[in-house]
Amino acid sequence: MTRAPWLALALLLLACLALAVGVSVGSTGFDSLRHALQDPVARQIVAEIRLPRTLGAWLTGALLGLGGAVAQGLFRNPLADPFLLGSASGAMLAVAVALAWWGAPAAAAALVPRLGLTGAAFVGALGGVMLTLLLAQGVQHTLRLLLAGVVVGHVLGAVKDLVTLAAPEVLAAMVAFMLGNTSLIGWQACGVMAAVLLPALALAWALARVLDGLSLGEATAHSLGLPLAPMRAALVSVLALATGAAVAQAGLVGFVGLAAPHLVRSLARLTHGPLVVLSALMGGLLLAVADIVARVLIAPQELPVGVLTAVLGGTYLLWLMYRRTRGGGGR
Amino acid sequence: MGKVEILHALDLRLPAGRWTAVVGPNGAGKSTLLRVLAGLLPTAGTVTLHGRDLRDWPARERARQLAWLGQGEPGAEDLSAYDVALLGRLPHRAWLAPPTEADHAAARQALQATQVWDLRARRLGDLSGGERQRVLLARALAVQAPVLLMDEPLAHLDPPHQADWLAVVRRLVAAGGTVVSVLHELGVALHADELLIVRDGAIAHHGPCASPDTHRALQAAFDERIRVLPVQGSWVALPQEEPIHADRDTPH
Repeated sequence: MTRAPWLALALLLLACLALAVGVSVGSTGFDSLRHALQDPVARQIVAEIRLPRTLGAWLTGALLGLGGAVAQGLFRNPLADPFLLGSASGAMLAVAVALAWWGAPAAAAALVPRLGLTGAAFVGALGGVMLTLLLAQGVQHTLRLLLAGVVVGHVLGAVKDLVTLAAPEVLAAMVAFMLGNTSLIGWQACGVMAAVLLPALALAWALARVLDGLSLGEATAHSLGLPLAPMRAALVSVLALATGAAVAQAGLVGFVGLAAPHLVRSLARLTHGPLVVLSALMGGLLLAVADIVARVLIAPQELPVGVLTAVLGGTYLLWLMYRRTRGGGGR
Repeated sequence: MGKVEILHALDLRLPAGRWTAVVGPNGAGKSTLLRVLAGLLPTAGTVTLHGRDLRDWPARERARQLAWLGQGEPGAEDLSAYDVALLGRLPHRAWLAPPTEADHAAARQALQATQVWDLRARRLGDLSGGERQRVLLARALAVQAPVLLMDEPLAHLDPPHQADWLAVVRRLVAAGGTVVSVLHELGVALHADELLIVRDGAIAHHGPCASPDTHRALQAAFDERIRVLPVQGSWVALPQEEPIHADRDTPH
């Protein structure tokens, strides 16, 4: 229990370090940072591109880490993902429809459609969650919610495939979105994500005892006098807003939301209060580091950060499963 | 989905300050009855606690009066045993308030009472079935509610720990507490003050454990496939390979 503040401090310090590295790394190298004070172009590269994208990657990761911790607590499943309630498929469908509508990909590079795409992804993500809630007839039954999320994911994914079949020219732009990308995050996007992250984190922390109670089963949580229905609705809102904001700005960045809470739990035994906060810090650090690695791995080319998190996260998940099966015999 | 009536024609008063064991064959509705008493399932009738309809109690106030230990409670793998016990104090804690000295004291007492204080720092997921069950019992005890409902609390417990559980229940009842427990272990159930025999969704019998009427009803509820016998001042129930009939010794 006493470990949590130290862990938080360490994760914050490492995030600062990642931020420092993030502003030093890019196609123009460290020179841009060295000449930032004299050269306006170099300053622009550092202040308008590298700094917001690194911070944006951290914020995206933090939103996903928070979403992951809430999802795993809410569904009492350590393999739950923040995209489980249909937000990812909703966002993808909305982006596909928007791209087909604007006749992308040429237009997608312009600023206004780009903002429009972000908005569409956000609305789509929330729409996906709403549809899941509608199908599950509310948030009362965890299992029904989970099943509805899976069904919505498949159905919306199929509709998205139909849209891309009808308008194949959007496929390239869709792929960029589906792979997850932090390179276009600007200050405005950072502002939006920070504005979502802070209240979402505060709300999740305030509701953490519901997640603690739920970890012992619904009957026990009810017997402890926790008003489950309204609090579950609030937690689902946190989940929807956090993943909606993240997916709208950075596309589909997989595995960060799944891995961050696990990494935190492997470092300390925690109740959900510190867990949600530390998962956000861990998710932020993971994606900030992944963003840097994506920039330097095949420099001057860049890897989509989502590909990197999927490879790293997938490997981590396999290792986790291996460890659980190996250590699970005595359980 | 359609609704299925599991229990019917129930009219039951459970006396305060007594231990009532709920027994009956598999699928009789024992756990359902306990869940109804805990207010966890919808009913056509009413359940009253201290004369007041359970649905009229504010949730936290009800939680302080009525503690619940479910059957095979899942999850909480990553919490420490101590944190699990401390969850029992949630009904006593103000929203967002950290646990008080009294909360820590209650958690400690409960963990000591179930002999798992030494395991307090361990992950629940790393404990054996019996240790885990004792931590969950400590969680229910930490509520310090006057009424404690337990659904098969002896699952995974070996005989010495069953005896310890018995001692815990006796202490609770001696201190004025009310305990209602669904039990499969008839030998332990026969130590209760009262036996509530459930069969086919209805109450087959409700009476003192020591009464011959209760023993006869118990044998009947299990189709005469058990026999209640006195052993050293208490009662045991032995399984029978064949139903007991009055004329079973008569040669055919």
